[in-house]
Amino acid sequence: MDFNNNLPIYIQIMNLIKSRIISGNISGGDKLPSVRDLSKELRVNPNTIQRAYQELEREGLVFTQRGMGTFATEDMEIIKNLKKTIATDLVDKFFIEMKKLGFTSHEVKEIVSEWMEREERE
Amino acid sequence: MKNIVEIKELTKKYLNKTALNNINLNIQEGKIVGILGPNGSGKTTLIKILTGILRQTSGEVFIDGNKVGVYTKSVVSYLPDRNFLYKWMKIKDASDLFKDFYSDFDEGKFEELLRFMKLDKNMKIDTLSKGMHEKLNLSLVLARNAKLYILDEPIAGVDPVARDEILNAIINNYNEKSSMVITTHLVRDMENILDDVVFLKDGKIILSDNAESLREERNMNIADIYKEVFSQ
Repeated sequence: MDFNNNLPIYIQIMNLIKSRIISGNISGGDKLPSVRDLSKELRVNPNTIQRAYQELEREGLVFTQRGMGTFATEDMEIIKNLKKTIATDLVDKFFIEMKKLGFTSHEVKEIVSEWMEREERE
Repeated sequence: MKNIVEIKELTKKYLNKTALNNINLNIQEGKIVGILGPNGSGKTTLIKILTGILRQTSGEVFIDGNKVGVYTKSVVSYLPDRNFLYKWMKIKDASDLFKDFYSDFDEGKFEELLRFMKLDKNMKIDTLSKGMHEKLNLSLVLARNAKLYILDEPIAGVDPVARDEILNAIINNYNEKSSMVITTHLVRDMENILDDVVFLKDGKIILSDNAESLREERNMNIADIYKEVFSQ
């Protein structure tokens, strides 16, 4: 994974874990990779990974069990809210970009409908 | 947190040239610190003072609470930016040399690092490629159980695959009880493994901070901050 955009790396790692949780790649209650393993996998400073885990814990998405490791939350309500937040962010970004290109809301709606129809046919 | 390195008002002059100008810097236990700057900024002079190869003109340097000397040399593991092994040697001779020189050299750890780097103890030094040389030198240096590791340009001039292996070895070797100082101008390749960065320009520290704080403050990665700072 490339960490070359301008966000702090711990935030990029938080986003990576969040997307793994949303996509079901990590299920509720699953053990997350250890700090050391994720550090090796991503080639990132272990202290940075530690910070990402701490922040995720603060947001209630993961919890730590002494001597056992870090686990994804089992609280489905929290996961549902996370999905909703991320989806809203993506749609916001999409609309902002489309508006920048000069599309009206109506045109965007048409494009989205066409896309959905095509998807259904296939 | 405990400081492994404390540098106070360090100045180094060569005749009429000032190579280091009033450097103040602390390095905490368990941190990986990048010393970043172009050629001639004073990086190597600073390292040579930390390793006891050069003496400062004024100021003080403490490593693990001691002035640079016999004790500090026994707890500092240094990777120079050039080859330091004899051509006639095989890798196992290099291992023996380190075992004789340093009581903290861990042969088991060295063999593990060799396997990781895909090197063999019977290889001859003068048949190694540039990347293999770098991997061997790093393996020797990391196989010591030191308090402070000083790596001078560890990835300069090696291909991307060897570079990744070197970065992996550095991360695998990380432990909370020792610190690392890494000099580099290949900022983009290295920045993700650094806790703190120190920008050195004309012998002075012009910026020194936690890498993540800098990214957060400036909305830029360290490589871009580097370009901005040094292209002026």
